[in-house]
Amino acid sequence: MTDIISPLPGVFYRRPGPGKDPYIESGDTVEAGQTIGVIEIMKQFSEIPAPVAGVVGEFLVADNGAVNPGDVIVTISEA
Amino acid sequence: MQRLLIANRGEIAVRIARTARALGIETVAVVSEADREALITEVVDAVAVIGPAPAAQSYLSQDAILDAARAHGADAVHPGYGFLSENAGFARRVIDAGLVWVGPEPATIELMGDKARAIVAAREAGVPTLPGSDGALGDDDDAPAAAAAVGFPLLIKARAGGGGRGIRLVRSPEEFDEALSIARSEARASFGDDAVYLERFVNHARHVEVQILGDGSDAIHLGDRDCSMQRRSQKVLEEAPAPGLPDATRERIRQSSVDLARACGYSGAGTVEFLFDPASGEAFFIEMNTRLQVEHPVTEALTGLDLVAEQLRIADGDPLSLTQDEVELDGHAIECRINAEDPSRGFFPSPGTIERFSWPEDVRMDAGFRAGSVVTPFYDSLVAKVIVHADDRHAAIAAMESALADTVIDGIRTTLPLHRALVNAPAFREVAHYTTFIEAEPEAWNLS
Repeated sequence: MTDIISPLPGVFYRRPGPGKDPYIESGDTVEAGQTIGVIEIMKQFSEIPAPVAGVVGEFLVADNGAVNPGDVIVTISEA
Repeated sequence: MQRLLIANRGEIAVRIARTARALGIETVAVVSEADREALITEVVDAVAVIGPAPAAQSYLSQDAILDAARAHGADAVHPGYGFLSENAGFARRVIDAGLVWVGPEPATIELMGDKARAIVAAREAGVPTLPGSDGALGDDDDAPAAAAAVGFPLLIKARAGGGGRGIRLVRSPEEFDEALSIARSEARASFGDDAVYLERFVNHARHVEVQILGDGSDAIHLGDRDCSMQRRSQKVLEEAPAPGLPDATRERIRQSSVDLARACGYSGAGTVEFLFDPASGEAFFIEMNTRLQVEHPVTEALTGLDLVAEQLRIADGDPLSLTQDEVELDGHAIECRINAEDPSRGFFPSPGTIERFSWPEDVRMDAGFRAGSVVTPFYDSLVAKVIVHADDRHAAIAAMESALADTVIDGIRTTLPLHRALVNAPAFREVAHYTTFIEAEPEAWNLS
């Protein structure tokens, strides 16, 4: 199990834009480096990559929700 | 007007509140949960917390703002800049709720918000426009022929774009077909509208603009400004008047901007923006902003007017308080926007708590924060604006240099070092800078 931890404060988005599909859903498999969401900080957007390959667990931060550095966004279960 | 709701945050909310109070108008601030302790809450008569930190749920929530206006008995709404300031639908809802909207008619906001229609309106009023496709390209139009008529290099621009977004540069006819198809897809994805138009590209363009005041029937200008110092299409330093414009160009953009404002029955403060080609000395219409600009203080410095007071009086039904002949434009003014970004780390955002914040007494500092304030990560990074005024440009640069040297903001990283470098850069002093200068010539403004 690997936690994806927010490195930044800001707003977490699970989608690349309003009305678009989420980058990834819980239960999906991700590759290492694949984007699982973006964090907006002062109108600048940083992509959040999965550090390892595996299965995506429940998101602990809501789409469009506030995050702080150190918050666990989601957990990846390594295959 | 007795009780004004300020539908904004940060420095502009504080700045609007100060003028409203000076005019004897009560003020209501709306804040997100993240801004509960913001400076604005200390300078207004009432505060409404309207929603969570993300702007979509607070500063962009029309329902929440209108509910707050009702709950707090506001009879007018000032939208500031950004957020809902150029949202015609919101303006209409404010008016339909029986409140005074501090801004132009919704139909005017709509006209100027549609960049293709705005260009047509500008041309009809005699405002010089760039060679372009004369509105959005139709599906049946021969796009390559239209591009050839405009001339290269050219820009493909999304009709629904703005703020530097939805723009693609095409340098030659060979690149055009593919660029057009990408631009349409991007516009559809970003704005839900794939209509695009074409426009000649001006190399090393400067950004100049004309400040307008209208009362619905008459209009005047308050001179011009130069906002060529930008980073990623965001203005960082502005000055008035625009330096080095040929007299004929200056006169033409001022007068035609007034003509445009009159033609659309403009009411309130507005800005007509131009691309200035330093090679030919020509200026071409970009767009009209139907709101107060961030950089309005440099115009206030030259004219001695309070633009927010003028906006409030006009919104209340008063005619213009002065004629064109009574407008005086004295000296030279410069504004530096201090952002919470670290210029030594690629301008990465730097939220946090401001521990110290001090500046010289004779300098105008429009700030949304004070020592002890928290700069949150949720909104734009503007912390404060430093404004100086002197007899001429040379003296204004010296005054800004001194003001920046004596300004201290500790606890967060700011763009103060960038501004200290910019005012010293030979390119700025010689007016050889242009809108992409900061990115294109990093060696020309070394951070010390």
